[in-house]
Amino acid sequence: MLYELTAHTLHEKLKNREITAVALVESVYARIAEVESHVKGYLTLTKDIALEQASHADAGFQKGDEMPPLAGIPIAIKDVICTKGVQTTCGSKILENFVPPYNATVMTKLYEQGVVMVGKTNMDEFAMGSSTENSAYQITHNPWNLDTIPGGSSGGSAAVVSADTAVCSLGSDTGGSIRQPAALCGVVGMKPTYGRVSRYGLVAFASSLDQIGPFTKDVTDCALLLNAICGSDAMDATSVDVPVPDFTQSLINDVQGLKIGVPKEYFTPALDTEIADSVQSATAVLENLGATVEEISLPHTEYAIATYYIIAPAEASANLARYDGVRYGYRNENPEDLIGMYKKTRSEGFGEEVKRRIMLGTFALSAGYQDAYYKKAQKARTLIKSDFDAAFEKVDVIATPTSPTPAFKIGERTADPLQMYLSDVMTTPASHAGLPGISVPCGFVQNGLPVGLQLLGAPFAEDKVLRVAYTFEQNTEHHRQKPKIQTNGAV
Amino acid sequence: METITTDGVRHVANLARLEFNDEETEHFTEQLARILEYIGKLNELETDDVPPTSHIHPHQVFIMGAQEGAAHVAKPDIVKPSYPREEILVNAPEAEEGYFGVPRVVDRDS
Repeated sequence: MLYELTAHTLHEKLKNREITAVALVESVYARIAEVESHVKGYLTLTKDIALEQASHADAGFQKGDEMPPLAGIPIAIKDVICTKGVQTTCGSKILENFVPPYNATVMTKLYEQGVVMVGKTNMDEFAMGSSTENSAYQITHNPWNLDTIPGGSSGGSAAVVSADTAVCSLGSDTGGSIRQPAALCGVVGMKPTYGRVSRYGLVAFASSLDQIGPFTKDVTDCALLLNAICGSDAMDATSVDVPVPDFTQSLINDVQGLKIGVPKEYFTPALDTEIADSVQSATAVLENLGATVEEISLPHTEYAIATYYIIAPAEASANLARYDGVRYGYRNENPEDLIGMYKKTRSEGFGEEVKRRIMLGTFALSAGYQDAYYKKAQKARTLIKSDFDAAFEKVDVIATPTSPTPAFKIGERTADPLQMYLSDVMTTPASHAGLPGISVPCGFVQNGLPVGLQLLGAPFAEDKVLRVAYTFEQNTEHHRQKPKIQTNGAV
Repeated sequence: METITTDGVRHVANLARLEFNDEETEHFTEQLARILEYIGKLNELETDDVPPTSHIHPHQVFIMGAQEGAAHVAKPDIVKPSYPREEILVNAPEAEEGYFGVPRVVDRDS
């Protein structure tokens, strides 16, 4: 089936005119009709737009034009990325009716490539969560086991690629929101270096951490999407003006001479033993292929979650001050006065986790507590970053598990926020240091749920990360496995 | 590190322009106290001589004087057209004569 294929395979077929982009859209939408009511990965479907964009791509292919690698490729977009004319809710009731008057820079870049937008995907409200259960709209189900969560916050974007209801997708990663759901849904997900991709039009959560990145069915597609979205942008002063290489040049099936560090601090008793085994087998594969694998130490790893849950909520409390019922979104209709309107609008419009983080961040920044909490966390961030700086003096790439557990049951962690926060223990350290990180499928636990291998690089060393990921993928079969979605079962 | 009380939660809620009933206040106090207790782990770290990191690219820092050697990013000060007013106001819950509408903040007679 066309919907199962990778973007680079489909590009060859489109170029050779074996298929049309319109037929590809129809194939993806037939798959959506078959499984989406069980997976629930999408908040908005944009078939009319998709068909129009596909016709446009077909016209180019028919004329024999040199078409970009993503022309005519159906892609899904996390609902935190502004799409002009298409509702963008951030999974929140407070943005229920928000239709952006502009495109995010990544969308402008993708449209220039001629991509086809399938729809907008479900997410934890304002990207705050690790299971996509914090969406104000619906719960997304993991295609590998519909009783389990897809991870989060980009759970919809991971699930639709896993379920073959999109060829690829974009998500955003603040503390692991691309890498963790990619691991739990058995797909490839990458957070580029902070500053690689413009955040213009990405609705802000924690501005010093947020980064957009791709979900794909293999590492080659990941490189193609990175080529399309990376680059500095005058509209985002935090995007960094460094040359963007052609990432497909990093798709080298060879790791000889590369040094891979495995940090001992990630192998704690909290790590699922089957995941530990799976990751150790993965590093053994890389060692057999000629890489040097050595144990390293990142001594401040255990402070990453505590640091994250000060810095991210502090930045969020400032960023989310803009939702006041004045310029866009939901407004309480019966306020007694202006301040009352702000309070009622925000209290009715935000969900519980968002309120919890706004409270935590406001507290950490409030008079008398700022030094003890916010400044302390910024100093801890320096220590965590210094660990990585020292490690990358010795090794090229760091390999770890992406998530301490496989996908957990829906509802299992919702009553205990702290337990949910600990889901990000393997991904937040690299976020603090702004590092590029990828999660690639590296096996399955006994009950059939996928396991992800996280590979981290020094800032702007996406090339080395992709090379190791590509070599691993070319020499293993895990990424070829597809979930059998139980379309007969009760949901 | 200190913990948080129900009065503290009410104070912070007001700063954040949120409001909670008594039950929600209790609930948030309990949960925030537990999270702050976990965060107290940071006190194990000796950080007197550690500089803070607000941003990971030291050559490109945007907060005045935040880090030594920081180059500020500036763009030419040229006026460019912004988005049309009517396109922006489409998303406003209340708009009137080209402005955002809000509940009355001053008396008509004063």
